[in-house]
Amino acid sequence: MSYLFDEEKGARYLLMGNDAIVRGALEAGVSVASAYPGTPSSEIIENLSKASDKRNIYVEWSVNEKVALEVAFAASIAGLRSICAMKQNGVNVASDFLLHVALSGSRGGIVLVHCDDPGALSSINEGESRHFAKMIELPLLEPGDFQEALEMTRWAFELSEELGLLVMLRSVTRLSHASGNVRIGSLPGTDKTACFKYDAVPGDQASGPVVTMPVPPHHEALQRKLKKAVALFEKSPFNTYTGPEKPELLIVTCSACNLYSREAVRLLGAENRVGILKVGTTWPLPPDLIRKNLSRTDTILFVEEVLPFLEENVKILAAEMAKDIGVKTFHGKNDSTIPMTGEMTPDLVVDAIKRILKIDYAPMPETFRNKAREIAAKMAPVRDLTFCPGCPHRASFWNLHNALEIDNRRGFVCGDIGCYTLGLLPCGFSTSKTSHSMGSGIGIASGFGKLTRFGMDQPILAVCGDSTFFHAALPALVNAIHNKSDVIFVLLDNSGTAMTGFQPHPGTETDAMGGNVPPMDPAALCRSLGATVQYADPFDVDATQAILLRLMEEKGARVLIMQQMCALSPEKKGKKKYRVSVDQEKCIGDRCGCSRLCTRVFRCPGLVWDADKGAAVIDEVICAGCGVCASICPAGAIVREEAV
Amino acid sequence: MTKRTILKDPYNIIITGVGGQGNVMASRMLGSALSRKGLFVTIGETFGVSQRGGSVMSHLRVSETSAWSPQIPAGQADVVVALEPAEAVRVMAVYGNSGVKVISNTRPIYPVGVIAGDMAYPPVGKIREALLELTKDVVFVEATDEAMKMGQPILGNVIMMGALAAAGVIPFDDDDFKDVLSETIKPDRIDMNLRAFARGREMALQASRSNG
Repeated sequence: MSYLFDEEKGARYLLMGNDAIVRGALEAGVSVASAYPGTPSSEIIENLSKASDKRNIYVEWSVNEKVALEVAFAASIAGLRSICAMKQNGVNVASDFLLHVALSGSRGGIVLVHCDDPGALSSINEGESRHFAKMIELPLLEPGDFQEALEMTRWAFELSEELGLLVMLRSVTRLSHASGNVRIGSLPGTDKTACFKYDAVPGDQASGPVVTMPVPPHHEALQRKLKKAVALFEKSPFNTYTGPEKPELLIVTCSACNLYSREAVRLLGAENRVGILKVGTTWPLPPDLIRKNLSRTDTILFVEEVLPFLEENVKILAAEMAKDIGVKTFHGKNDSTIPMTGEMTPDLVVDAIKRILKIDYAPMPETFRNKAREIAAKMAPVRDLTFCPGCPHRASFWNLHNALEIDNRRGFVCGDIGCYTLGLLPCGFSTSKTSHSMGSGIGIASGFGKLTRFGMDQPILAVCGDSTFFHAALPALVNAIHNKSDVIFVLLDNSGTAMTGFQPHPGTETDAMGGNVPPMDPAALCRSLGATVQYADPFDVDATQAILLRLMEEKGARVLIMQQMCALSPEKKGKKKYRVSVDQEKCIGDRCGCSRLCTRVFRCPGLVWDADKGAAVIDEVICAGCGVCASICPAGAIVREEAV
Repeated sequence: MTKRTILKDPYNIIITGVGGQGNVMASRMLGSALSRKGLFVTIGETFGVSQRGGSVMSHLRVSETSAWSPQIPAGQADVVVALEPAEAVRVMAVYGNSGVKVISNTRPIYPVGVIAGDMAYPPVGKIREALLELTKDVVFVEATDEAMKMGQPILGNVIMMGALAAAGVIPFDDDDFKDVLSETIKPDRIDMNLRAFARGREMALQASRSNG
């Protein structure tokens, strides 16, 4: 039985944090779910989509996070419960709308799940999304383990309805993508009706038009709701204290850091010396809870990711309460007891506690540690990120790199967000020179393309994937065309949102629930905007480079669509187009004069250098059979035959 | 096999390898099997961009009492299953100790820096010797080579799961694996997976015997 449909209350499952959130939403009777995919949040909507039929849920991959939130909000003010999920920087995209949602209030329970990625394990930023809760004035919940991920999600919908306000629920990679045992609750009925009521006066929370004007009374209402949230949070079972009545050290923590703190205390055998206050309702903070727990001791350690959010907010309360609770010594990020950047680990908490309490502890004997490190330095070569074998992006960047080299005017590529972000690394021949937010490649390129009046004569290219194109590149492309910016926009069309697991997007033929939808044609869109559009198959190396060189001679906004399906695509995976081999007679290795171009520069994981033979060889297990390497060998030693 | 016994609480298993080797799949199947026995299982994984040529490591914590941190603390691994040999060495430097059990695949996947000639990859025999300097309990299994003989290199991860079962350190046997398989994969692939698992168990037992 899948955890999505099991009706047996109390049944036990091993669930990923994201799945626990999914189950919590199902138990709350969610009716609408929307998101734009982003690691580590993507599985939430993906798995809700599997329940869309049986649980009567409308599930959608929206074009971007702002629209996703708008879609979820519509359901809320039509009286349904809705959930919207995104990664940390998605909240930035949605934030303008979020600001207004806070003011206007909501009806059916609406929960925004935002998953941060401390340590940037799958991101190009270490954004801290919790500050939005404080800045925009919304209640914020942070589950401290897998069971809480389910229970807090379920409760978040009730809370949202009680307050008439969207509730933010923050997860992190180590909770969203980690798994633990969870006991499920029961599932409600699925029969629901939507109706948007607007007949009462504006400002009538239940049945008036949903607006933010006049602002002052709406803002006052928002603040009353937050006061009510504080009162509810004071009694919340998701704020827990474990430890002795009067510990020497009080850890104040939340989210996955709760698990690290517990682990560290047990590892040090300090259960009788250290207490842990795990806060589940991190904004607005309930002052009585903080007062009671800060009164236990005078030494406090904050353990959290990413920025000192809990730390700073508790300190403000502590200053206000100083007359009652006395002066405290605080440790955390601000005094460098806990690192300000990177993800937390149990070991970092161990280090902090042992320094504060002067405990002697070494995770491994020094002789073992030194020897193990020495061996690893010698025998475990670093694994740099690279494109998968058969990835069209390797070929695309090979073409871009070579065309720019031949053109020889110091042209460059503005990168964007997706697997092809790696275009800035050696695996992409270091072709991309900028990399920022979704759609920013063409936005920055649009600006570069107007710098000709200041003497800038470098060819400007921007790359972008097919999903990113719809998400945020379109307005920037419109800008480039409208302002007659001299840019080449290269759409790396690999037929899906490959990085996050092939979610559909407006250019694909299916929606999140598997239904048929009309695919939008990026080429037709670009042409209608006034750009010239050409196609290339990046695996056809010569033709693609010729097109690029020709485009670089032209002016204005030019679009080149490089089309080739992702190597991991479910439609392509496992099927090799070519059987590739190296003719050991023709590959004369170091005597060739190519200086091992294929392995030294092209760097496909499936094509390796055999030092014993002094020649290149194909690794059969890894090679995906794209055949591109056959085009790059100057000696023609790499042979490809159509696979049958 | 006894219902639920672990040698130590929590018992810490690391499954390591390179993106695309089926690491996450292996850790989830093992986790599910142990969870079904009423044990508490916590799995910490990294995936996403890490799949693109990077090291991928899963941490499994097995306990009779509670959930644990999804990251194992330094020096606390009990068994390391390496789908790729150099990854075993990398893991030992952070999570190893002199009592750890290492079960490693023999087939290297060369890092892109090695392919480019910027770095060297040691002969697998040398990796084995180095691991033996750190712990006495090292078993090498030709998992990928055997999987290729079976016609499906990806089964290397299942062969390694069989090798882990052979170690007898956790309550995990053929029947447990079969139960999990029937829930997670298509029926027509079950038989092949069971054969790979059994083969992994045999190979590990042979390797342990020849180690003396």
